[in-house]
Amino acid sequence: MCVVCGCANPTATPPEQAHVAVNASTGDLHYGAGAARVSVPGMSQARAIKLEADVLGENNRIAATNRAHFASHGVTAYNLVSSPGSGKTTLLCATIEFLKQHAPNLPLAVIEGDQQTSNDADRIRATGASAIQVNTGKGCHLDAQMVADAFGRLDLHGHSHAHGHGHAGHAHDHHHAESLLFIENVGNLVCPAMWDLGEAAKIAILSVTEGEDKPLKYPDMFAAAKLMVLNKTDLLPYLDFDVPKCIEYARRVNPGIEVLLVSAKTGAGLDAWVEWLMHPQD
Amino acid sequence: MHELSLAGGIVKLVEDAQARDHFKRVSHLRLEAGALAGVEVRALRFALDAVSPGTCLEGARIDIDEPAGTAWCMRCAASVSIASRTDPCPSCGGHQIQPTGGTELRVLDLLVHND
Repeated sequence: MCVVCGCANPTATPPEQAHVAVNASTGDLHYGAGAARVSVPGMSQARAIKLEADVLGENNRIAATNRAHFASHGVTAYNLVSSPGSGKTTLLCATIEFLKQHAPNLPLAVIEGDQQTSNDADRIRATGASAIQVNTGKGCHLDAQMVADAFGRLDLHGHSHAHGHGHAGHAHDHHHAESLLFIENVGNLVCPAMWDLGEAAKIAILSVTEGEDKPLKYPDMFAAAKLMVLNKTDLLPYLDFDVPKCIEYARRVNPGIEVLLVSAKTGAGLDAWVEWLMHPQD
Repeated sequence: MHELSLAGGIVKLVEDAQARDHFKRVSHLRLEAGALAGVEVRALRFALDAVSPGTCLEGARIDIDEPAGTAWCMRCAASVSIASRTDPCPSCGGHQIQPTGGTELRVLDLLVHND
């Protein structure tokens, strides 16, 4: 049996032909178009155990704990997702500088996810904000446990503890963020879409140097995001990027997605972006 | 390659079941990975082959059901079938649709042995 796909005979039926749709005119390969493989009756002398368990159930359970933990500390958490090089860290640095001017007493912190290096956390710390770098090693995404571990090490968590853990009986006003936690995920438009970290919202950052069809190429991520931020808009005069078309594509995969245009470099659009962050909608 | 993490999650679910039900090996595992679940089934098989040696899943036959995607079309006010999140409504051609099925990724059941 072929170890890659489980097809019966890899020499007679190459795996590519067994489950890959090939576009005859272009030769494009589409994995995932194959017919459903259905189950086969079991063997005698065996016990059947019904699980019907969500594979991501354990992550989702920890994410729910994170969400409750954030709420008890008055923390609004955002999960920033994008491809590498969209300007997530630059946008965060610009956001932190903006908040220093306009909301100097707002507690905030950053969890930085990358496979390797603490470069991004170092950049955040240079602004004076606290940051924890999470290196995922070979991993392609942050999971809820990583965020739980990192949150426990942040000043944001300790600061809130000074006011008493849990705030028993105290209802927070969720129309206005009391403190912000930015979780900068590993630069990857595929895998982080599936992992709930306990965030209030996933925010997909797309830079205008990338091409307006990214939402169609990576639909799972844009379907999971509540907000799409188009970054590097200062470069629009030099590019062929079609903003209305990009928004149309994003709404094809997610009719409810909100859109903001910013330039982390010039500061254009930062006021609306910060306004969005400070007033998370349920 | 998040399928490797998912394969690890599948092994953990099976090992948790083993701790509860005290079996020795699994001969047959049935999974469900919906068309809109964000899972590449071929990569998931590859990952399961990589992580199952040394566990009770070693040598198990693994079947993966792939339920089709379904969505609610707001314009048609009807449930429709889609193959991917970028598909338009097959009836009206619009994109005002929200996935309602085919997003699940679950371990359905397993056949276990004590020998």
